[in-house]
Amino acid sequence: MQFIELLQSIMPMVLFYSAPLIFTALGGVFSERSGVVNIGLEGLMVMGAFSSIVFNLTFAETFGSLTPWLALLVGAIVAGVFSIMHAVAAVTFHANQVVSGVAINMMAVGLGIFLIHDWYGKGQTDSITQPFYTRSIPILSDIPIIGEMFFSGSYYTSYIAIIFAILSWFVIYKTSFGLRLRSVGEHPMAADTNGISVTRIRYIAVILSGLLAGLGGATYALTISLSFGGSTISGQGFMALAAVIFGKWHPLGAMGAAIFFGFAQALSVAGRNLPFLANVPNVYLVIAPYVLTILALAGFIGRAEAPKANGEPYIKGSR
Amino acid sequence: MFSSRLFNILIPVISVVMGLIVGAIIMLSFGYNPIEGYVALWNGAFGNMYFLGETIRQSTPLILTGLSIAFAFRSGLFNIGAEGQVFIGWVAAVWVGINFDLPLVIHVPLAILIASLAGGFWGFIPGLLKATRGVHEVIVTIMMNYIALHVTNYMIRNVLSENGDTSERIKETASLRSDGLTELFGYSQVHWGFIIALILALFMWFLLEKTTIGYELRAVGYNKHAAHYSGMSVKRNIMMAMIIAGAFAGVAGAMEGLGTFGYMYTHASYTNLGFDGIAVALLGANTAIGSVLAAILFGALKVGALRMPPLAGVPTELVDIVIAVIIFFVASSYIIRWVLLRFKKGER
Repeated sequence: MQFIELLQSIMPMVLFYSAPLIFTALGGVFSERSGVVNIGLEGLMVMGAFSSIVFNLTFAETFGSLTPWLALLVGAIVAGVFSIMHAVAAVTFHANQVVSGVAINMMAVGLGIFLIHDWYGKGQTDSITQPFYTRSIPILSDIPIIGEMFFSGSYYTSYIAIIFAILSWFVIYKTSFGLRLRSVGEHPMAADTNGISVTRIRYIAVILSGLLAGLGGATYALTISLSFGGSTISGQGFMALAAVIFGKWHPLGAMGAAIFFGFAQALSVAGRNLPFLANVPNVYLVIAPYVLTILALAGFIGRAEAPKANGEPYIKGSR
Repeated sequence: MFSSRLFNILIPVISVVMGLIVGAIIMLSFGYNPIEGYVALWNGAFGNMYFLGETIRQSTPLILTGLSIAFAFRSGLFNIGAEGQVFIGWVAAVWVGINFDLPLVIHVPLAILIASLAGGFWGFIPGLLKATRGVHEVIVTIMMNYIALHVTNYMIRNVLSENGDTSERIKETASLRSDGLTELFGYSQVHWGFIIALILALFMWFLLEKTTIGYELRAVGYNKHAAHYSGMSVKRNIMMAMIIAGAFAGVAGAMEGLGTFGYMYTHASYTNLGFDGIAVALLGANTAIGSVLAAILFGALKVGALRMPPLAGVPTELVDIVIAVIIFFVASSYIIRWVLLRFKKGER
């Protein structure tokens, strides 16, 4: 029974840590499936976190308890608009996609902190007054064992993230848009010959990744950090990128990987209270997600194949 | 017609100008005076010996991370892992600095050598995985960065100190600082590492352009298949390129450990030396001399930025935006090329 108690105590925390990663990783899946590498996920999360916190601070009194939901939406939209920059560079200007992603990351942090300095006169905002609160889902949380494990003391955003993952799976594998998206990422020339606009699909995919990463950043800001500063988002975007690869570019796989990373993170925080982990130095739990990702890539945990045309700008007429 | 050599010089120059123009527009639109802002920036970077010393100090590790990324680029690899290699080199140099008792002429080179080996090892792992299992080096190096961050933090707390957030100070014999130099540059943090960085830049130029090893590395970077066909070992060259790239970044870490700080402290996140190194390498067109010039530019921007808030009221982060815009334009050189050629056609 001890194991179940452990899961009961740790599961809400796992869901809480993994939600931002799930959203962002789904964004990564869309972008990379269309053949655009998106190292800029980190910067897009920064934009999402920044704009949701600013919105929340400014409009908390106007919208009351509706504020965090609207802030979530604003975070997604701002990051979506910001991601157009990556799309323009990577798709239209044939830029090196990794480099453009690095520029996005630098730009997002620079711009975010610059504006915070300009608007608030300091490098870190105050804490927001209208964050998300943990809730128990009615009825479902009354189920014995599972109810307490999965449906009580979590944020609604965690469940939305999981629903989004299922939706993304449906879109990518069961709709004609998804088929086009995948074909553009595997063999853009063949797709182009069949009358699919590579440019259009890639723009849509990159903007989708911006929206989702913004949602991820906003979720992180509104549930975990509750304020914005230079170090609010430090590495979650790269972690999400790892989840994309660990999940083999599949939305449900990415979700699974994100939950696993959340689990590792929850263990590294709660590990000290668990008898069988008390003697394990924390550092092993902290680096576990990264080491496992490398092992997964090296083919020790099943081979991870990237979409064929990932990272290649598509230049019409060239072979 | 534009020659490719002219393009190689024009593109970075245009990108820098565009970056500064965007910076000026941002300052204007937020009600700051861009002239005041840039004057403060200039004086903060070169205004007197102290600021000049700081600019040199800031440029030193940037030259080395720039070389690291440029070197890997020339061999067809993208070393995003300089960030982690800096951490590992830093911790290794500080470890040697604390734990050995040696005369200066041996202690300093030994510490730098160990740092380069440690950084080289950190580059070897992604190189090995790339060469033997075909794993993309970008993702592995990103992961290695995080592992380095957490492992070095752990080492500082448990090996280099007793649960503290900073290591002990290195012995005087391992320090790159000297009283004469410090005094000359108005008691800034400048150290002799600058000379080491310049020597290594020369070394990289020589290795790439004048030796068989460099020729093979570049050949693999241009076209793996052709290199393989002409009997070069692609795998060996990939591993070697990553080891050397890692070693450069490791020495950058040693500069921080033996020069600027003289100890190491736990980091909550990256030093950004590695990511800025990407900007340096790109702007420097992946050449040794270009990296040196670009590193001095970015070093000056970063140090000068610190004088912008007190003198012109402009937040320092403006410079990060300027640097991001510069990289953005260099990365999109295709469009600059296109516009220039259009322009040229119009003239006729």
